[in-house]
Amino acid sequence: MEKILQVKNLHVSFRTYGGEVKAVRGVTFDLHKGETIAIVGESGCGKSVTAKSIMGLIPNPPGKITDGKILFKGKDLAKLPDRELRKIRGADISMIFQDPMTALNPTLTIGEQIMEGIIQHHKIARSDARKKALEILELVGIPSPKSRLKQYPHQFSGGMRQRIVIALALICEPEVMIADEPTTALDVTIQAQILDLFRDIQKKTGVSIILITHDLGVVAQVADRVAVMYGGKIIETGTKREIFYEPQHPYTKGLLNSVPRIDIEDAELVPIAGTPPDLFAPPAGCPFVARCEYAMEVCDRIYPTQTLKGNEHQVYCWLQDVRAKTSFATKW
Amino acid sequence: MATYLIKRFFAMIVTLWLIITLTFFLMHALPGSPFNDERNTSEAVQKNLIAHFNLDQPVSVQYIEYLKSIVQFDFGPSIKKSSQTVNDLLGRGFPVSFELGMVTLVVAILSGILLGVLAALKHNGVIDYLAMTIAVLGISVPNFVLATLLIQQVAVNWELLPVATWKSWRHMVLPTLALATGPMAIIARLTRSSMLEVLTQDYILTAKAKGLTPFKIVFKHALKNALLPVVTVLGALAAGILTGTFVIEKIFAIPGMGKYFVDSINNRDYPVIMGTTIFYSALLIFLLFLVDVAYGILDPRIKLHKKEGR
Ligand SMILES: Nc1ncnc2c1ncn2[C@@H]1O[C@H](COP(=O)(O)OP(=O)(O)OP(=O)(O)O)[C@@H](O)[C@H]1O
Ligand code: SF4
Ligand SMILES: [Mg+2]
Repeated sequence: MEKILQVKNLHVSFRTYGGEVKAVRGVTFDLHKGETIAIVGESGCGKSVTAKSIMGLIPNPPGKITDGKILFKGKDLAKLPDRELRKIRGADISMIFQDPMTALNPTLTIGEQIMEGIIQHHKIARSDARKKALEILELVGIPSPKSRLKQYPHQFSGGMRQRIVIALALICEPEVMIADEPTTALDVTIQAQILDLFRDIQKKTGVSIILITHDLGVVAQVADRVAVMYGGKIIETGTKREIFYEPQHPYTKGLLNSVPRIDIEDAELVPIAGTPPDLFAPPAGCPFVARCEYAMEVCDRIYPTQTLKGNEHQVYCWLQDVRAKTSFATKW
Repeated sequence: MATYLIKRFFAMIVTLWLIITLTFFLMHALPGSPFNDERNTSEAVQKNLIAHFNLDQPVSVQYIEYLKSIVQFDFGPSIKKSSQTVNDLLGRGFPVSFELGMVTLVVAILSGILLGVLAALKHNGVIDYLAMTIAVLGISVPNFVLATLLIQQVAVNWELLPVATWKSWRHMVLPTLALATGPMAIIARLTRSSMLEVLTQDYILTAKAKGLTPFKIVFKHALKNALLPVVTVLGALAAGILTGTFVIEKIFAIPGMGKYFVDSINNRDYPVIMGTTIFYSALLIFLLFLVDVAYGILDPRIKLHKKEGR
């Protein structure tokens, strides 16, 4: 499959009064054409920072991409000046944010907010932009779009607003859409509708989606592949099947155990004990070491090497090392 | 909308009536009379004059008479400046005061917003500190002090601009500057803090994610929202500028309404006191109404008419 976006060894830091926060520490993943990759992980593990880096939306100062590449159409977005990035933002790569109640400007009509993106990028006439906006509103499932165009955000419900936010992101027919927790702020029924919409849109437009979430239920519904993040790193990545049925990393297993299941009766919910690592002074070795029940001496000192479990399935854990396998055979 | 306007209009009339009534009785409660000044008018003449202006009648009768003439927009004669009516004085003074007030308001609003936006965009930079220093000075130095300083330095020492009076645009510079600096400073500070707050909002990130230019993000998405709190203080600022004109007109010998107003109080020139007060009040009430309308236009969430639930 064609790789449309490649993130390579991305490092992002924030300079704060308390010191340097190393929020993202060597994230690598590929996005294929027409697929949905889900990035999952606990709060603070660096999901949003990764997404914003791709869009060039890391506030600088205090933030900075300190290392790595973001390759898109032969360009390295990490090194592109803002003037050039602006042409890509919203046009080729667009982003959807978490809270639809605050993501829209309260003082502009939604028509204006949908149209201005395409007017900016394609320099088309307002009448053409309006036609396009009507099409897009139809696509995202807003009833009677013509009269809705002149209304303001406060005249829509939360679910409707999220559809409008999605419409803004789609108006320029981008190749990549990044959705940062697009359903977290919505209630469950609306959440399911929005996820359906994502699948529907992907079928119709072939857009590649990076979906950020901490909800494995969401992952199960829409993702093709999954990247599990922990402490600013991707610790396991694979297809949805591989991650759900053959998880390898202790953290991934812990995540799956902490999700309620309806298929197993009386399944015990086991939250992962402990707290995520301090990103001011991240551990040199495995970031999960403080919470891992299998932690070995080596885990504390040296970052685990990559182990390939399948074509796409990569794990970073010392337990996968042949040497550990022999000595831990019984417990593992 | 129409019902709102009608309701609002009646509220404005009632407010004005309250002001008229209050001013009328307070004024008559002041000790002193228009006629006992240093000229030593004889008892007989004073009696005649008092009778002529109906001042011998009970206050309640005078009040009724006054209301009657007011509804016909007749503010009566001036007691001190015989042969002139209050309408004459207002007709002559108002255009000048209006010019001074409006120019000041426009200068204060435009420069205040510009300064505030610049300060917010260069948050904690040199421009920010410079702008906020100017703002603090502008708020803490009273306009009459600034006026005298400006006259001394710019007009007398440097001889760049005329010292006083109101003839050409060159005459307008110093009074406008003296009067506009305070309100400008308030607007600048308010714009800055409101702008800083708005720039952290999610919808600004959305606007950036669309690939809009920084110019569009600031002036189309941020400024309109940032101006909402600024608009709410405009009414109060306009009031401040109005009262400021009394002092500034006096200092710069500008032939506006302020001069008549101040003189009339010293002279107990009742009709002029009433006339100017009513005029200023009406103007202010109207300005506050304009501010409300502007707010409704800027913020679609505020509906001038109550209907149309969501
Ligand atoms: N502007 C900033 N200044 C300083 N630190 C920041 C900034 N933005 C993010 N960080 C830090 O980067 C780390 C990762 O943040 P990020 O927003 O990517 O988390 P996340 O995985 O998206 O979590 P959540 O699920 O809560 O959204 C956090 O520890 C956070 O403190
Ligand atoms: S590397 Fe070590 S600490 Fe990290 S998950 Fe594997 S076993 Fe646990
Ligand atoms: Mg986040």
